[in-house]
Amino acid sequence: MSGDRAFPAAAWATAFLGIARRETLRFVNQRGRFLAALVRPLVWLFIFAAGFRAVLGLSITPPYQTYVLYEVYVTPGLCAMIQLFNGMQSSLSMVYDRDTGAMRTLLVSPFPRWFLLASKLVAGVLVSIIQVYTFLAIAWFWDVQPPPWGYLAVLPALILSGLMLGAMGLFLSSTIRQLENFAGVMNFVIFPMFFASSALYPLWRMGESSTLLHDISAVNPFTHAVELIRFALYLQVNWLSLAVVLGFLAGFFAGAVFMYDPSKGLWARRKGKA
Amino acid sequence: MTAALDIDRVSHSFGSVAALTDVSLHVPRGGFTALLGVNGAGKTTLFSLITRLYDNTSGTIRVAGHDLRRAPRQALARLGIVFQSRALDADLSVRQNLAYHAALHGIGRAEARVRIAEVLDQAGLTDKGGDRVSALSGGQTRRAEIARALIHRPDILLLDEATVGLDVKSRAEVLALTRRLIAEQGVSALWATHIMDEIQPDDDLVILHQGQILRRGRASNIAGRQGLTQAFLSLTGTPA
Repeated sequence: MSGDRAFPAAAWATAFLGIARRETLRFVNQRGRFLAALVRPLVWLFIFAAGFRAVLGLSITPPYQTYVLYEVYVTPGLCAMIQLFNGMQSSLSMVYDRDTGAMRTLLVSPFPRWFLLASKLVAGVLVSIIQVYTFLAIAWFWDVQPPPWGYLAVLPALILSGLMLGAMGLFLSSTIRQLENFAGVMNFVIFPMFFASSALYPLWRMGESSTLLHDISAVNPFTHAVELIRFALYLQVNWLSLAVVLGFLAGFFAGAVFMYDPSKGLWARRKGKA
Repeated sequence: MTAALDIDRVSHSFGSVAALTDVSLHVPRGGFTALLGVNGAGKTTLFSLITRLYDNTSGTIRVAGHDLRRAPRQALARLGIVFQSRALDADLSVRQNLAYHAALHGIGRAEARVRIAEVLDQAGLTDKGGDRVSALSGGQTRRAEIARALIHRPDILLLDEATVGLDVKSRAEVLALTRRLIAEQGVSALWATHIMDEIQPDDDLVILHQGQILRRGRASNIAGRQGLTQAFLSLTGTPA
């Protein structure tokens, strides 16, 4: 496209780095956000997992080759939880930005919208990865010690799962009309997604009590984000989860780009909400 | 010479409600055009179309000769926009905000530093660059918004009710800054407002009402002997 040729490659990199820098600065300036993002999974790990450890027996479940403590089992789910909440936080800030007008300054940039949205998405994922590694470092002292190379192997899984959950947040932000409606997203999206997944208990365990719940959890993209992280942390690839995460990432991102497109999406047509 | 902004027969509706009907207007290079209308007249909708927040499906919009539909990136690169609502990040400093907006136009860091110093100086905010936006007064924030809109050296500034919520002194400062930029930098401006006092007799004036342009021309000609307020009320059929 002629417009694309108007910018040299360095200008695209500058725009991406500018968006990433802004997200990082916002994150650094909001120390409470970092603390909250960290405290949430740590509470689950230190308190919830300690309680569940006593009542929930786990047989050997791939990728684990031996019996593992419940804290070990739940850690990948909590990593994904950090990314889920980060994606929603990002979505919330986009709705807020839209209300205040900051979103407009992003969208009136001469760069194409797919690029602007993708840059914002990637920047948000980078922030979530910092949070996850901080959490994993603390969890190490709680005897959650995956193989050393697992910390490196999990990085691509965290990028992909973070992108998928961030793209979902981006898509949701385009459908929310008012900031007040965001509470509905918590109740109808985040909690069902988290609890109906393999984050807290293996799917076979869930199947023992409800086949329907098992089936719902099996198609839940969050389950596959968790499993992708779990397997990667133990130096394995769960190919099915990888395919599902990639598929949902493409779907959510395409949906977000469509919704934010002034000629196609629904969002821009809403009077006074641009 | 091509106009800074050329709008020809643009219409827009929200469902069955017509927001703009056959709107045409022209902002010459280096000119100040005031767009006067009451709240709900269609000013913000028109700005949303010019900035491509809404898709323009009828008529044409050209910015510095670039058709917004055919060459949106070239057109948007020549627009500087001050929105009605706050668009700066309150948690960041003025300089950080400006650096972000420079990046959104693909301006590298070294060049951005030079331009930031330049626009801060133009806006009279050189000593405020390191302050958080949340610490600025209303007038300073609006001037920072103008500095932001200037960072990529646009051909035309769109200012959508830029003085809303400001006290008299701050309003005068923001308006004076805009007029000075036109005189000194040769930038053009489309100034949307509902405040008559902001319009001078020599200004180009466009009166927008219920999505239609009622009059356009030199403000003094439109005002005639009765004065601008009375002329506006007569044209719009609003009781005095």
